[in-house]
Amino acid sequence: MKKLVLTAAALAMSAGMALAGSHATTVRMGTEGAYPPYNFINDAGEVDGFERELGDELCKRAELTCEWVTNDWDSIIPNLVSGNYDTIIAGMSITPERDEVIDFTQEYIPGSPSAYVALSDDVDTTGGVIAAQTATIQAGYVADSGATLVEFATADETIAAVRNGEADAVLADKDFLAPIVAESNGELKFVGDDVVIGGGVGMGVRESDTELKEKFNAAIQSMKDDGSLNALIRKWFGEDAQTF
Amino acid sequence: MFSWCTDPDTLEGLAWLSCYLTTGKHMAFYRSFGTVMVLLLVTAPVALAFGFAGAMAARSHFAPLRWLGKGYTAVVRGVPDIAFFLFFVIALDQGIEYLRHRIKCPDWSEPIRQGNDFVVCPAAKMPLSSAPQWVHETYGFALAVITFAIVFGAFAANVLYGGMRAVPRAQMETAEAYGMSRRQAFWRIMVPQMWVYALPGLGNLWMILIKATPLLFLLGVEDIVYWARELGGSKTSAFTYPHPDWRLYYFLALLVFYLLLTRVSEIVLDRLMARLTHGQATSGAKSGGRAADKGLAI
Repeated sequence: MKKLVLTAAALAMSAGMALAGSHATTVRMGTEGAYPPYNFINDAGEVDGFERELGDELCKRAELTCEWVTNDWDSIIPNLVSGNYDTIIAGMSITPERDEVIDFTQEYIPGSPSAYVALSDDVDTTGGVIAAQTATIQAGYVADSGATLVEFATADETIAAVRNGEADAVLADKDFLAPIVAESNGELKFVGDDVVIGGGVGMGVRESDTELKEKFNAAIQSMKDDGSLNALIRKWFGEDAQTF
Repeated sequence: MFSWCTDPDTLEGLAWLSCYLTTGKHMAFYRSFGTVMVLLLVTAPVALAFGFAGAMAARSHFAPLRWLGKGYTAVVRGVPDIAFFLFFVIALDQGIEYLRHRIKCPDWSEPIRQGNDFVVCPAAKMPLSSAPQWVHETYGFALAVITFAIVFGAFAANVLYGGMRAVPRAQMETAEAYGMSRRQAFWRIMVPQMWVYALPGLGNLWMILIKATPLLFLLGVEDIVYWARELGGSKTSAFTYPHPDWRLYYFLALLVFYLLLTRVSEIVLDRLMARLTHGQATSGAKSGGRAADKGLAI
């Protein structure tokens, strides 16, 4: 009996130490929480979406303790760099401009197209007023296309701008727009051709954090290898979504 | 929340609304009203203390202290609130981490600034990255309180400085004639009398402070503006309670909240003024309060 108690105490202690040890490596996962189905705050007030499920699985495979943090899209890179959290997992496309400031893991979503959405078909996507979220690849694309760019802090506000006529159309990731168009009862529709801007989506980490980057790279690779990443993409973005 | 909320898709009308308004996310929204009230109740006395110290420093006969007091009000009053907020919070946070890094990790050989990155040793992180989320939120909130207190303290310093100067010189001379030291005359004669002159200006500041609380949103604190925007945005069926763009209603609720808060404050301040000026022949008495209001307005 005494031995049992001792064993239990030893177990509890080692568990406590393991807990303390794992706590020392808590990885804070920064996301926007306003870009469904990539990431959003669900009705219980928690981070939810494709990236929540993916991130939790990656942390499990990399044996990391992860905590979710939300941050405005606009300041998401500066706050990573100054150390408020350790990763950006927020549907961020890998671009050379961003790569100069932070590092990216390998892609966890292949390069997916962006699309224009408007109230009517006869919208001039190269000469009209186009809404896009600030500091996105789409905003950069619109600025270069000759159209008048109006920027908004959140993706939701870009849709609202099209609905109330402030902008003629919105350019955003097609995966983000598809459920909105589908549920608008025909009010909103895709116009023009899809455009492919930038590469795939990866996790952002500080340039000095190569160890963390390698851990997540390995975890993403293992999810690609066993097909679970493709399954996850199909679950959140539909059967037609591009997979690896 | 309620027993009928298990399947929101089948609900309609009031039942749907009752479930919708009691989701976890809405509870966070309601709690954030508490955040704003806590900010006000903590910041006001701290800012007043900053202001009092600033005003005393500005009146000091010791030149460097006087420069400090005057410099503080001049610099902070001259910089736009938003610019100060954006700069100061980052500077304060990195400053604290830098100091902790110096103390806790003297053997650390890598540079703190690596290109764009600000890297301190894990033990110097403030708060530690292993700390639970509420610690991070409290820390962010504390930074916000300090910043608010410094900004509004500068304005309060100016108001109190004016209030001290408005106390009739004859009062101080009488005190000195009775043999009080400079310090005694300040604490026993000037300070009790200056409040009535300072109150209209301080009341103004309180109102401005109430209206400045949405700046919390800018600092990443999840305040009522954050939740109103988050909850009001249109929701697809990825959410349990899909709805179109309802930001108008949420912001309307904020408008009503702020109007109520400022109206209640006005009533309380008027009563306080009436009590403080009771039987006094100061410019603050009777309708004079409004005149003084303009005279000392920031």
